[in-house]
Amino acid sequence: MVSYIYISKLSALCFTMLLSLSMTAQTETGDVLIKNGTVITITDGVKEDTDVLIRNGKISKIGSDLSAREGTKTIDAEGKFVMPGIIDAHSHIALDVVNEATAPNTAMVAVGDALDPYDVGVYRALAGGVTISHAMHGSANAVGGQCETIKHRYGVTDPEDMRMDGAPRTIKFALGENPMRVHGENNDIVPSTRMGVEQVFRKSFADAQVYMAAQENYKKGISKMPPKYDERNEVMADILRGDIIIHCHSYRADEILMLMDVLGDYGVSKITFQHVNEGFKVAPELAEFGAAASVFADWWAYKFEVYYSTAFNAAILSRNGVVTSINSDSGELIRHLYHEAGKSQRYGKLTDNEALRLITINPAIQLGIDDRVGSIEEGKEGDIAIFSAHPLSIYAVPEMTIVDGVVRFDINNDPDDMRIWVDPKEDFSDTYEGNEEHHDCSNDRCMQGVFINGHAVHSHHR
Amino acid sequence: MNIKIYILGLLVFCISWTQAQQVTPSESGAFILKNGTVHTVTKGTMTGDVLIKDGKIADVGANIVAADATEVDCTGKHIYPGMIDGMTRLGLEEIGAVSLTRDFNELGDFNPHMKALTAVNPGSVSIPVTRTNGVTSVIAAPTGGLFSGQASLINLHGYTPQQMYAGFTAVIMNFPSSGKRGRWDRRSAEDIKKDADKAAKKLNGIWDKAQDYARMDSIAQATGAVKEGYNPQMEALLSTAQGNASMMIRVNKKQDILNAIEWVQEREIKAIFVGVAEGWRVAKELAEANIPCVVGPVLGMPTRGYDRYDRPYKNPGVMQQAGVKVAIMTNDSENVRNLPFNAGFAATYGMGKEEALKAVTIVPAEIFGLADQLGSIEAGKVANLFVSDGDPFETKTQITDLFIEGWKVPIESRHTLLYEEFIKRSPGLE
Repeated sequence: MVSYIYISKLSALCFTMLLSLSMTAQTETGDVLIKNGTVITITDGVKEDTDVLIRNGKISKIGSDLSAREGTKTIDAEGKFVMPGIIDAHSHIALDVVNEATAPNTAMVAVGDALDPYDVGVYRALAGGVTISHAMHGSANAVGGQCETIKHRYGVTDPEDMRMDGAPRTIKFALGENPMRVHGENNDIVPSTRMGVEQVFRKSFADAQVYMAAQENYKKGISKMPPKYDERNEVMADILRGDIIIHCHSYRADEILMLMDVLGDYGVSKITFQHVNEGFKVAPELAEFGAAASVFADWWAYKFEVYYSTAFNAAILSRNGVVTSINSDSGELIRHLYHEAGKSQRYGKLTDNEALRLITINPAIQLGIDDRVGSIEEGKEGDIAIFSAHPLSIYAVPEMTIVDGVVRFDINNDPDDMRIWVDPKEDFSDTYEGNEEHHDCSNDRCMQGVFINGHAVHSHHR
Repeated sequence: MNIKIYILGLLVFCISWTQAQQVTPSESGAFILKNGTVHTVTKGTMTGDVLIKDGKIADVGANIVAADATEVDCTGKHIYPGMIDGMTRLGLEEIGAVSLTRDFNELGDFNPHMKALTAVNPGSVSIPVTRTNGVTSVIAAPTGGLFSGQASLINLHGYTPQQMYAGFTAVIMNFPSSGKRGRWDRRSAEDIKKDADKAAKKLNGIWDKAQDYARMDSIAQATGAVKEGYNPQMEALLSTAQGNASMMIRVNKKQDILNAIEWVQEREIKAIFVGVAEGWRVAKELAEANIPCVVGPVLGMPTRGYDRYDRPYKNPGVMQQAGVKVAIMTNDSENVRNLPFNAGFAATYGMGKEEALKAVTIVPAEIFGLADQLGSIEAGKVANLFVSDGDPFETKTQITDLFIEGWKVPIESRHTLLYEEFIKRSPGLE
């Protein structure tokens, strides 16, 4: 009995130590009082002339005439619009590498091992009101690597401080042309067709089931040896157990239906389809399955599988009850996701709230973090964006972005050069980067690091 | 009965999939737009009517009587001139990743004789997608090499390139860059310099020859002598070399812009600069040189890691306020429809609504020498205009009516047709 208590005390101590360790990794939180703004809560209407108090990085109170303890930073938001920090469910900023394009299934790798807190793209995203992004593996493989949900704590230099601690694990899947091109067309291995892509998933899940059964048999003493440890199977098994959310690069209706079939057969239900340009064609099926959709506002025609697209995709999906978000997949677009969300009003007449859900609570749901962020509610994390006008107006300017109660972007305190790291050998007169970023996921960062016929697939090869 | 339904269904199927972009035919005739807020751009804003006849704006004013014209009630609505995009690949590219549908970049470096208008596909699905956002004319331009070819201004309605042609053509040149072409550019500093010198030498050599050819041509014209040694490239450069036609020169980097100013001034070339991403760095010099600029995309990335995030947003405004004549472009193909939003960002970040509207209407018309035909709502001009329920830069606004060369064009595209089909998909879940 005594020893039991001792052990539990010890483990409690260990837990506290671990917690304090993770707290230091969690970096700083702050206190902010935002006064007299028009507060767009997303989940509880729009509140005029309202204060929001953030304490220790959490929203502690929403109301009028709030006061804060002495020394709290106070922001006058009169005439301004206060909304939850914008969330991008598909991006590749803050990553050193994007694709492990060496096999049709690379579930064992994780982009979380390649975080780059120095990427000035993170600051540029903050300057567009974006506080959280889903840093994704690329789309070269049917089963790509695991992704990382990051908070835009620009200024930290430890990659660990970028992670959103406790966010559910996610993994990239990919359908259609990209895995077919990289593996079939380029390396002469399956998949070179959408039939082949299906079989990669079926084989991967079946292998994982065998692996799990072998582990179970060992645990029960039925077999004397455990199966040889295999990280790929471990990850696939965690997907089968429901511990990992799938985010699947997809375009065509047929391939979307195929993956839902496969997942249905294996009892997997947590899935967000990414891009999903033909999602509008199978919106009722997506809604019935409970699958979510993360789409572009208007990208299309950059490759054949997005030729039959419509910019009304987000509206059709939303009206069918599919949890829908608008993402960037681009260091350029991530700077104006509020404008991208606005396009759902030109194309489909979504209401203000429906349009803003596309970049706040809906991507939060898709990343499994909606209990913590995505709306302005007491108890949620202090991630806030303040705009000069209604954020869906073309005339709105993002003026301040707050992460965990810490002001990370302030238009009134905003030097030109916001890089944290500068190459000492750099010739300043000669660093023109041009408008090299193009809107093209076939050749964009989704395919970064992929070599085809000996040539890197670069964003400038449109 | 069943057969009838079947045939009807088949017909609908054929129509929507052969055209797949415009089911309702465009209408011609006289139209009277009644009682709208008319944003003339050049002569202020007023409430009134616009009469469209024979493809032209016949009258603008209050209480116009036109009994034979079809009335379009514009009460509570806004009437704007059609927007003009100063540089695109619209009609020249159908599917980005399918190379055989890309008709804008011919082999070789020296292609001034390649004509974009030849390759403009009037059936491109992107054309209706673009015009239904109020963009009625665009420059369709070739890319690549030192001389890419000839760009043409087209109206976004018609069955042949000739029907679409809007009266302006210019040779496109890419001014040789002295610096890195992007982050992927791994050349050493020496190699970059060597390449730049080589390119400059090549360019100067070509231009010397073009001027010789032009002199030879003038002599031949004057004396009636037979001109020998027909050269299609040089022939294409003739009117530019003689100073009769403008040349569109793509140039972005600060130093390249300065070099390009010097280069065109020395040779007395009528130049239009295109891109001009770092124009804000040399706005004064551009204004002094009096070179009009087609700037964009506004929704683009800063050109250097150490530049402010909003430089591309502010670029058109900074240049315009320094005295440069600025038009805005998307430089896009399938998403030229974002032109009003590029203008909206420019407006928000310093240019102001009024100037930004001019930068997508009258200013490009002026730059292309067509200010008497396009770019504003004035009697006698081509009837390129649209009706909206609000500010066309705002994403919430709907474009309700569209006129191109007097044709009433339906607000239909692949995107709207797919919406109508799938917003109430039938069968649904069965």
